[in-house]
Amino acid sequence: MTDEAKPPAAEPERTVPPEKDVAPRPNRPFRIFIEELTTASTFMVTVLAVVLALLVGSILVIISNDSAREAWGYFFAAPLDAFEMSWYAVRDAYVALFQGAIYDPAKPSAWGSISETLTYAAPLTFTGLSVALAFRAGLFNIGAQGQAVFGAIFGVLAGFLLHLPPVLHMLVALVCALIGGALWGFIPGILKAKTGAHEVITTIMLNNIAGIFLIWLVVQKGFQNPERTDAISKSAEENARLPRLLGFLEGDLRVNLAIVLAVLAAAGVSWLLNRSTFGFELRAVGGNPDAAKTAGMNVAMTYALVMAVAGGLAGLGGASMSLGLLPFALTPGVIANIGFDGITVALLGRAKPWGVLAGALLMGGLQAGAVKMNAVGGVPTDMVYVLQALIVIFIAAPALIKTVFRLRDGKASRSTATLAKGW
Amino acid sequence: MKLELRGITKRFGDLVANDHIDLVVEPGEIHALLGENGAGKSTLMNVLYGLLRPDEGEILVNDVPQTFRSPGDAISAGIGMVHQHFMLVPVFTVAENIMLGAEDTKLGVLDKKKASAHITEVSQTYGLPVDPEAVVETLPVGVQQRVEIVKALTREVDLLILDEPTAVLTPQETDELLEVLRGLKAAGKSIVLITHKLREVKAIADKITVIRRGKVVGTADPGESEDELAAMMVGRHVQLVVDKSAAEPGAPVLTVKDLSVVDDRGHRAVTDIDLEVRAGEVLGVAGVQGNGQTELIEAIMGLRPAVSGSVLLGGAELRGRTTRQVLDAGVGYVPEDRSTDGLVKEFTVAENLVLDLYKSEPFGSKLVYRPEAVARNAKDRIEEFDVRTQSADAPVGSLSGGNQQKVIVAREMSRPLKLLIASQPARGVDVGSIEFIHKRIIRERDQGGAVLLVSTELDEILALADRIAVMYRGEIIATLPAAGATSEKLGLLMAGVTGD
Repeated sequence: MTDEAKPPAAEPERTVPPEKDVAPRPNRPFRIFIEELTTASTFMVTVLAVVLALLVGSILVIISNDSAREAWGYFFAAPLDAFEMSWYAVRDAYVALFQGAIYDPAKPSAWGSISETLTYAAPLTFTGLSVALAFRAGLFNIGAQGQAVFGAIFGVLAGFLLHLPPVLHMLVALVCALIGGALWGFIPGILKAKTGAHEVITTIMLNNIAGIFLIWLVVQKGFQNPERTDAISKSAEENARLPRLLGFLEGDLRVNLAIVLAVLAAAGVSWLLNRSTFGFELRAVGGNPDAAKTAGMNVAMTYALVMAVAGGLAGLGGASMSLGLLPFALTPGVIANIGFDGITVALLGRAKPWGVLAGALLMGGLQAGAVKMNAVGGVPTDMVYVLQALIVIFIAAPALIKTVFRLRDGKASRSTATLAKGW
Repeated sequence: MKLELRGITKRFGDLVANDHIDLVVEPGEIHALLGENGAGKSTLMNVLYGLLRPDEGEILVNDVPQTFRSPGDAISAGIGMVHQHFMLVPVFTVAENIMLGAEDTKLGVLDKKKASAHITEVSQTYGLPVDPEAVVETLPVGVQQRVEIVKALTREVDLLILDEPTAVLTPQETDELLEVLRGLKAAGKSIVLITHKLREVKAIADKITVIRRGKVVGTADPGESEDELAAMMVGRHVQLVVDKSAAEPGAPVLTVKDLSVVDDRGHRAVTDIDLEVRAGEVLGVAGVQGNGQTELIEAIMGLRPAVSGSVLLGGAELRGRTTRQVLDAGVGYVPEDRSTDGLVKEFTVAENLVLDLYKSEPFGSKLVYRPEAVARNAKDRIEEFDVRTQSADAPVGSLSGGNQQKVIVAREMSRPLKLLIASQPARGVDVGSIEFIHKRIIRERDQGGAVLLVSTELDEILALADRIAVMYRGEIIATLPAAGATSEKLGLLMAGVTGD
């Protein structure tokens, strides 16, 4: 976000041959952040952030490993032991991570690990797209979690309240999920448009409301599974569930239609951003709302619509959990953390649709790998959340990455464009 | 203080912003650094002020080599700087702002009394009246600038750098500033004046160094004519006066009647204005910044609701319409602040060229946006309007101010217009681009369009307008044909003196 090449006392304007006449806008850190985020030269930073996170993560692996810790205890007696044990711990953990995410010879099917990765990646793609789309319009959608909750609810309700033929039932359920999420996203959007209420505040509150509503709903008569006493709703009918893709290979492969829909959604968002007038408006509003207004765009309406579309995407993410995975029903934790993880994914993907898909695959791989890592090396699954947090921190601090890896300043490549200026 | 720069070179990646620049400023000299936007003047001064480290070259103060790691070093060496954008805290008082960074304390408590006394002393010595207790945001721009100067002087600097000091000033304030600079010179201070305004340079500089594309292209003395200086600065001959024939006004296009508008704080900014712009004429609205011009234009454009009155375009009411509808009715708009209202910096040149046309054929329909058509359009417009850009896909923020403005002008003139509203079209634009933009405005007029020009620059009004309306405190206090108008007469009117 900050440009570390600048001397600390530098004025707000850029020192690269500046447009002298341009009055500096009142600080808009968020916009600058978005600009940094979507710059192509940041690809390397992203990759290095992941590498750095894995490095820092390895220290945590060592600390959490009993034998390694023990070996460090008698470090001065046998220093090599400590290093050897640490190496084993890290190696085992990351080999397990790899096996869990990509290929595990021990699994009955060669597709086993990939199936898990894709299963985790699908909902993250949807919520990542939701956050990314809002990002591009200059909005910070923290509310993907709540929107996904409503998507999951609407999807499952349509799944067991309606009785429709195959395919149709699923489509209807998905549309309902989309609408549910869109409604929940539209609320903060319209509040921002009409009253200027900040979307970060409203979406956080709406997340809480959605989460608590879900907990209340699943134990209500008519919704709760009558055969159970715990907090779980009735299951969506067979026709409404997302079919498994690789069931013909091996019955346990969980990967389902959601990942295909996620890829389509990424393509759709890409089209929307780059080849639709709405996308043009959205990006203009995100870049400079004043100029967008002067050019005749309805900024307030754009905010409201963007949030509705973002909510719809998150809603589909929720449905891909509630209609795609066992038990095909609502539980208080049915969508896990996909809304918040979507923020990470959007950051990883630099708010670009295909980047989001890549980010979701990485995140999905980490989550799939964590399970295996826990099983084999005893590394807590929470380790993945630590890695995730580290990645976000390193991405949010590009200056740090650039310093650590002595990258050439990204601004330099951009400033070549200024060569063309003047007469 | 004698200042010498030897072979200063500063690179940003592949761009050489300063290429072996040599500069000598003698004690008690006003040295003008003349150059267009992006020529490298500001980079050079940032090097001198310790904000940037030069890649090569050295700085000598009184023949002693210096290394400035921060502005603090520069200040202790006796160099002060007044930035183009003031570095003042708006909600602080003058005294607090001046103390900032060099706070006097008594037992750990700020000693405001001492600071005020010091400020008063400095301001009396140099004839720069400021009220230490005034809150900065309530002061006019000219006075804020004076605060910046006083701030530098209280740090006991011997050399003062002023970066485009007149960009934000009214003609009267400019004159006052020049007077202050003469006083400082008489007191033995050296002054480096960064500017691209030829007239001021001629009026005050002892010596002129011209910079183009990062290199010193020559020195001149103020005796040189404006044309010669402009040619040095731009690198070719420039026509400073616009060739135009007499206007042939036709039917009224824009008729504003009894229009009243309030500003953001709810105060009446425009009061019962009547205006008429005919086809084939340029109506120039002259006035000091902040006399309601902005609000008037925003009300016409549908960006700000009017309190009362009407705005007719060829007989159709525009008041109450959205900006989209006003644009669609055939109004082109060059906003006064291009970076805030005219362009999306992150967008490419091509995208900015259709910022208000993206929904009309061939660039798009209601739903679909067509980048291919936008790219084709960009190619043509860039050529037609001589926009200097690396490519149509470069972000518009990478262009110089003049070329950014040409992007806006190209966009607004690339469709048939009934009315063109141009607000400060030459603000912060280099001489070469001003010439071009002015020619296009006159061509628009000659093709039968009506042009409403708003400018605080008298030269611009006098060069372009066929009729001149002077705005003062939200009212039009005089409308006169351009033929009989002189800058003295307009200057008085802009100050509210109707003097019959």
